[in-house]
Amino acid sequence: MKISFRWLKDYVHITLPTQEIAEKLTMAGLEVEVAEALGDQWEGVRVARVTGVAPHPNADRLRLATVELAGESQTVVCGAPNLSIGQRVAFAQVGARLVDGHTGQTVTLKQAKIRGVASAGMVCSERELGLGESHEGILELPPDAPVGAPLADYMGDTLLEIEITPNRPDCLSVLGVAREVAAITGEPISPPALDYPEEGPPIGDLASVEIADPGLCPRYCATIIQGIKLGPSPRWLQERLISYGMRPINNIVDVTNYVMVEMGQPLHAFDFRTLSDSKIIVRSARPGEDITSLDGQKRSLNPDMLVIADAHRAVAVAGVMGGLDTEVTEGTTDILLEAANFAYASLRNTAATLKMRTEASMRFERGLSPELVPPNIKRATQLIQQVAGGRVARGVIDVYPGRTDAGPIVLELSEIPRLLGMEIDRAEVLRVLKALGFECREDSPERLLVNPPYWRSDVRLPADVVEEVARIVGYDLLPTTVLSGRLPHRQPDIKLRLKERVRDILSASGLHEAITYPLVSADWLEATRSPLGLRLANPVSREQEYLRTSLRPGLLAALATNQKFGAEAVRLFEVGRAYLPREGDLPLERETAVAVLWGGDGDVLWTVRQAGADFYEAKGLAATLLDRLGTGGADFVPSQEPFLHPSWQAAVTAGGRTVGVIGQVHPDAADVLEVDGPAVFVEIDLDAVVAQSGRPISYRHLPRFPAAIRDLALIVAEEVSARQITNILRSSPLVTEVTLFDLYRGRPIPTGHKSLAFRLRFQSPQRTLTDTEVDRAQQQLVERLGKELGAVLRSA
Amino acid sequence: MKLLELHGQALAELEQAADLEGLEAWRVRYLGRKGPISQSLRSLSSLPVEERRLQGEMANRVKGSLQDAWQSRREGLRLAQVSKPPSGVDISLPGRPVPMGRLHPVTQTFRDICAAFQSLGFEVVEGPEVEWDYYNFEALNIPPGHAARDMFSTFWVDYTDDRGGHPMLLRTHTSPMQVRVMEKTQPPVRVIVPGQVFRYEATDATHEAVFHQVEGLAVDESITLADLKGTLYEVARLLFGEERKARFRCTYFPFVEPGVDMAIDCAVCGGEGCRVCSGTGWLEILGAGMVHPDVLSRVGYDTRRYTGFAFGMGVERIAMLRHGIDDIRLFFQNDLRFLRQFR
Repeated sequence: MKISFRWLKDYVHITLPTQEIAEKLTMAGLEVEVAEALGDQWEGVRVARVTGVAPHPNADRLRLATVELAGESQTVVCGAPNLSIGQRVAFAQVGARLVDGHTGQTVTLKQAKIRGVASAGMVCSERELGLGESHEGILELPPDAPVGAPLADYMGDTLLEIEITPNRPDCLSVLGVAREVAAITGEPISPPALDYPEEGPPIGDLASVEIADPGLCPRYCATIIQGIKLGPSPRWLQERLISYGMRPINNIVDVTNYVMVEMGQPLHAFDFRTLSDSKIIVRSARPGEDITSLDGQKRSLNPDMLVIADAHRAVAVAGVMGGLDTEVTEGTTDILLEAANFAYASLRNTAATLKMRTEASMRFERGLSPELVPPNIKRATQLIQQVAGGRVARGVIDVYPGRTDAGPIVLELSEIPRLLGMEIDRAEVLRVLKALGFECREDSPERLLVNPPYWRSDVRLPADVVEEVARIVGYDLLPTTVLSGRLPHRQPDIKLRLKERVRDILSASGLHEAITYPLVSADWLEATRSPLGLRLANPVSREQEYLRTSLRPGLLAALATNQKFGAEAVRLFEVGRAYLPREGDLPLERETAVAVLWGGDGDVLWTVRQAGADFYEAKGLAATLLDRLGTGGADFVPSQEPFLHPSWQAAVTAGGRTVGVIGQVHPDAADVLEVDGPAVFVEIDLDAVVAQSGRPISYRHLPRFPAAIRDLALIVAEEVSARQITNILRSSPLVTEVTLFDLYRGRPIPTGHKSLAFRLRFQSPQRTLTDTEVDRAQQQLVERLGKELGAVLRSA
Repeated sequence: MKLLELHGQALAELEQAADLEGLEAWRVRYLGRKGPISQSLRSLSSLPVEERRLQGEMANRVKGSLQDAWQSRREGLRLAQVSKPPSGVDISLPGRPVPMGRLHPVTQTFRDICAAFQSLGFEVVEGPEVEWDYYNFEALNIPPGHAARDMFSTFWVDYTDDRGGHPMLLRTHTSPMQVRVMEKTQPPVRVIVPGQVFRYEATDATHEAVFHQVEGLAVDESITLADLKGTLYEVARLLFGEERKARFRCTYFPFVEPGVDMAIDCAVCGGEGCRVCSGTGWLEILGAGMVHPDVLSRVGYDTRRYTGFAFGMGVERIAMLRHGIDDIRLFFQNDLRFLRQFR
């Protein structure tokens, strides 16, 4: 909300600089930015009167104007078409700083001769003063502008941009902000006048109000003014509306808007003669009912919406917008003025459904106090009478079914240190509350009975009152203390620790951590063979319509992004959640770790030659991860995961349970995600790993006797797997370690065969093995391999 | 040969030894077990007592002298050998890389924040990201139709319950965990909740629809706003350094009373006001306050006995401030050129 500092000063005396006021308000809960200072740059600009206009001797388009400023006369050259004798204008003397009408730059006005005539200054346009865009002619000031006065004094202003939190609808008004300023600075408040003569008939004789749905309309007040003279508002009123950002319409509508901005309560004026049977009925809309609102749009209503109706039809959407039929127009002479209170939730719904967030609805939605209604309707009635004349009917119709009397708030003074950790002097508490408009009775030395002012709907509990005191005293004064007292019983979250371990292990293994969007498209889920899962009711786009059921698409997309940026090798992982729907419940949020490996083969550095990412890198990574998580290692068994290449894939098991899958990404998925070239993927279900992880570590004695190392190259048929061979090699009780160190195909190995070379470590915990023992054990293994797998020892 | 002659000859030959191999041959020849001095010492027993003493003394002195000479010659040769520059040394060639990945800056910031609070006795817990309206809003004093819902633009899940309502949403903050934690435990409570949150928002350099928060909650007898201030100032010091100033101001969140907004002074301009802090000199880093009495009583806590504080901070925002990152969208782009910059 933007409000005028000048307007603010109508209600409270301000001596502090604007910036300081803004800071103090900010600290107390109203975030204020000094948005625009109007007139700061008007040094050397004063109000002047045009006393003569003569043609320029050398130019048809220019004229010579004589202007008078408090006794002295100056002659200036002026090109404006709207210059005339008697006008009050803004006159800039040489040396003044102005915005150049053509370039928009700020310049210092210099002594100049224009077409041979010396000009003592300049008569300014709106744009030159930074007041607006108009540069067609000069700015005409009102005829009562004081000649000779500095323009800044006459119309300088500062606009404050204020962020009002939803709990403070009372501060959506200049008076509300003024009250805050008064409380902070200790100055008194001068509220606006509410008195007016009531010269008309008793209002009860003219109209009636009925609230059919008191749950949605706790209070409705009306006044009637007859014989008004519709016309434009006086300039001061118009200027204020403009300063707030509203367009002046006519004196009646302008007053309702003015009072809303001034005191916070939205109001509406009906052309009284258009209300059939002179009746106001506050009721729910009828099925199929519609209304043409003030903006000329036809709106369909439904029974969830509250309307203001006359005897026959809806004449306004309650608290949102008036109807066109009953609008105040040129012929209007009598008006019925409405000020009412509406239930915020229903009104908010209505405004949202009709897509009409208006200045009025925005205030109602925040829960205005029903006590705001009478002073506001009186103020508006008073102002209408002042600017449009007319006779005010006697009395105010006030239907108030929603009256509640909560009684005072009981504030134990001990509550202040209990919540704040700081004592505040009793006298200071009373002073602050009084400055904020609260009424306090001293019930006992330890206790206050506190009645919040009528405009505050947000203060209900002792804690609310404590905050009021604290924010005005200032949070700056709060001491800083440390938590004392008992430490809670702590139970470490195993899953949380597991996730952090996974991050540490994977990053230490050379992978970078990614965090990808949990919202993905249906296409991406389908392409990665992940189920569709939960859909958003209001997605931002089709690309982010579903909650992911796997982390596959996100990480593949991250790979594709890096490929596009020219990366040659990508190793990424993510630890995150997949959201798996459950009937009638929140989804299962499965903790998942995924990794994607791509590229990086060849000479990566002068001293490093590396194999590119492949199935075996993924396998090594998964094995390392599970081993380090304490699952007792991982096993890999054949699998059929459609997301992966049918041949290059395996399920990962730990402790006999499947915990994940590894393999090359299926080319179809790679295509959709725009991944270039074969990438390998690791997917581990951490929820499944949790149960298997963290097995206790039990120490094994270090070997005391030396080992014998033997290399063994075997030729086997392609169908024989490495595992079949290692299983046999490990069967010897003397073999403690088997390492496959070479795999070779090609000459002189016959086709359909391969050569596998193993390094075997023979070792006994009891003694040093003799060569004969080792030879014998090796011989037995070779024989068994030959018999069971057809393996032949490869001669050197 | 006389021992003295031998001594002179040995020293002369020692000069000739050009490298460590030559030196070793010399040592074997003169000082080895089969060398003349050892032989001489071994043959002492055959000599008369008086001569044995003289001869022995002499042999030992010669041996000691030759050993000293050998020692010094050896050091000289080793020095000469090591000092001779071998060909092909270029220390500027790049070292063999150790393949270490990095943690995402959000994870790193999470860890720093959690570590700071853990040192103050807070326990880390996590909660669901898909939530019920009840936990995200109603239990936090934000009933349906409440204007404060505007503060939290919400992604709703396409899910209809038995009564035709749409109560499932993506949590807009980590605050629902305040309620979930309190429902399950009795005071004292001291937890922090790192997690992902969602806002129905168009993304730009300063707004993301998905981001991360850390929530904090402490409930016990005699917890005060001053405790909150002390705790958060300490954490700000740990996260941003000693020299940063912190500020507490009043603000509104429906589930706390009194409410607090904490800011630190802008490191870019030193509090003078600049583009980063929109001219205010202050950067808001978190919202906080004393847990609202209605929230406490809703979970069955005795509000006359217990008070508590709660706070919530945006992780990306803190990471952006600490590292000078100017576009929040970078956090979800996973561009390795970005990720590699974080230790």
